[in-house]
Amino acid sequence: MNWIDTIAQGVLLGGLYALFAAGLSLVFGIMRLVNLAHGDLIVMGAYLILLVVSVTGINPFLAALIAMPLMFALGWGLQRVVLNRVLGPDILPPLLVTFGLSIVVQNVLLQGFSADSQRVGAGALETASVDLGVVTLGVMPLLTFASAIAVIVCLNWVFYRTSLGRAFRATSDDPVTASLMGIKPQGIFAMATGIAMIVVTIAALYLGMRANFDPTIGPARLIYAFEAVIIGGLGSLWGTLAGGVIIGVAQTLGAAINPEWQILAGHIAFLVVLLIRPRGLFPRAFD
Amino acid sequence: MLITRRRLLKTAAASGFAVSASGLAMPALAQGAAVKIGYVSPQSGPLAGFAEADAFAIETFTRVAAEKGLTVEVIVKDSQSNPNRAAQVAQELIVDDEINLMLVASTPETTNPVATVCEAEGVPVISTMAPWQPFFIGQQGNPGDPASWQPFNFAYHYFWGLEDVIAVFTNMWNQLDTNKQVGGLFPNDADGNAWGDPNVGVGPGFSAAGYTTVDPGRYQNLTDDFSAQINAFKAANTEIVTGVVIPPDFTTFWNQARQQGFVPKAATVAKAILFPQSVEALGENGHNLSSEVWWSASHPYKSSLTGESAADLAAGFTAATGRPWTQPIGFIHSLFEMATDVITRAADPTDPEGVAEAIAATNLNTIVGKVAFDGANLPPFAAKNISKTPLVGGQWRRKEDGTFDLVVVDNTTAPEIPTAGKMEAIV
Repeated sequence: MNWIDTIAQGVLLGGLYALFAAGLSLVFGIMRLVNLAHGDLIVMGAYLILLVVSVTGINPFLAALIAMPLMFALGWGLQRVVLNRVLGPDILPPLLVTFGLSIVVQNVLLQGFSADSQRVGAGALETASVDLGVVTLGVMPLLTFASAIAVIVCLNWVFYRTSLGRAFRATSDDPVTASLMGIKPQGIFAMATGIAMIVVTIAALYLGMRANFDPTIGPARLIYAFEAVIIGGLGSLWGTLAGGVIIGVAQTLGAAINPEWQILAGHIAFLVVLLIRPRGLFPRAFD
Repeated sequence: MLITRRRLLKTAAASGFAVSASGLAMPALAQGAAVKIGYVSPQSGPLAGFAEADAFAIETFTRVAAEKGLTVEVIVKDSQSNPNRAAQVAQELIVDDEINLMLVASTPETTNPVATVCEAEGVPVISTMAPWQPFFIGQQGNPGDPASWQPFNFAYHYFWGLEDVIAVFTNMWNQLDTNKQVGGLFPNDADGNAWGDPNVGVGPGFSAAGYTTVDPGRYQNLTDDFSAQINAFKAANTEIVTGVVIPPDFTTFWNQARQQGFVPKAATVAKAILFPQSVEALGENGHNLSSEVWWSASHPYKSSLTGESAADLAAGFTAATGRPWTQPIGFIHSLFEMATDVITRAADPTDPEGVAEAIAATNLNTIVGKVAFDGANLPPFAAKNISKTPLVGGQWRRKEDGTFDLVVVDNTTAPEIPTAGKMEAIV
């Protein structure tokens, strides 16, 4: 077994999981909403990018830029019209609504795009790699990891350097007091979901270029994303990246022993972290 | 469902009545009333690609049946690619719609639950498009004990088996100059476990043909990382990759393998590259991937329904739907050829035992080859219920415009099917 290669591949895999998880982490951190449709929204983003690519013939990265404002508007509207109505002291209604949303999104995509396997082509980039002597790393996984870091840097900047971020944090800590200060939690929630959907679009870009997707592939992605969020700790985006990397490395190490251990090793790592740090590694909020 | 006293009485009364009623009404039914055919297929969900020719095939069938003066009614139910749902709709077709004959196709996830329900309810069923081992052995009470295996009274199935895949794959590899080291990608699902089984899977068959299989172990479907398998294949210096992989996983594997500088001379996989859409998703890297071919537009068979050749059927499908032909089209068509043939031959199409006898006596040249339950090339335990159709090997060749052609490159197993090229190594 090549240890360095195994760990390097695991770290890069963690970048992919962190990218899937970042939007979830944002929404979960601010409004304690577990979006069970997150994976399906990523797949929907991938179809949107595919649509833009096939209509205009432009580069997928540019297509994602076009898809972002559309996805932002969709997220904003979704929160305003649907999810704000079900948020409250009871955590069950939002869970049920997003669960239903997941089924609706899958079937709408199935109707619209059929069950065919689709893929956003990235040409030579798909198989390009850099030889670092000890290990050979694919360009696409490296880009994915870099994007995950860039997304988290940007989100942290919004969170800690802008007035919007202050409003996010205030609403997250205490919505009642925040609304006394003139912040409308409903509007803040809509902005947060909108921003989460921009992150979803970036995740969709890499999902679409990395492998085939079809309308039913979303939920499988949700579990690792959710584990990454929990390992990292509520509200910590760097924690989400750390969580993704821990799961990724655990999976590749497990697989190196035997592929049967791949998924199990990730779940075991998750449970071990929870045993030692029940609140996750870097919890920001205390509640 | 809880069986209450009332429900038990009601069901008993209803079924008792049904038996006596059918006895009385039989002569009239045989002459006038429509023969009801139930058809279960995965029209939505991950397996939906298999069912895309359903509407096309049923339309042809009802048209031809009308011309022949047969009164038939086809009731279609969607399994939603879910085995539990498949069993449920099969039950509905039998109990509510009172069908006389069941047709079912597309993967063991659909065929097995439906066939099991039909066998239990005593309704004849014709099944196809699943390798016969998962169909026959998968429905046995104890799949691990060959002595306990029982033939079915009502379930009949035609397709090929693992022994045919082994023959086709090794024949294709024999055309290339390799070190005979094979890397296997077998997921932890029904197909992966059957193929990867060290005793009855493909491994022993490959070694009988001189090939050594490297099997790193079962992995979970929808895996995002294959570096462990790639490292294992590299370490064993494998020049061939095989397996039964779902399309997204094969794309992940193939791209990661190229990134890691692992390019085998042949990649012969089932499932992943069945449909042209999946191969197109791979772009240039899809060139010269190979797999088993169960039906193609160049197969030399004719439809017993319409007299069309395979090429005509494929062209007709493309004209009607604007989509390229796929392998399931021929088999879905053949399923309705079988139904027509059985209904025509059965003395009374509403008598389950009679229909089952008519199915067992089938000797029909269909668009997918000859179907006859005569036990040819089969072990004795499966001889009654299984018929094998021919299998050959093919390679996907990329054309200038980015679309792909499936070219038959090996026909050692079925010489009547013409080849259109030789096996080429991947570079």
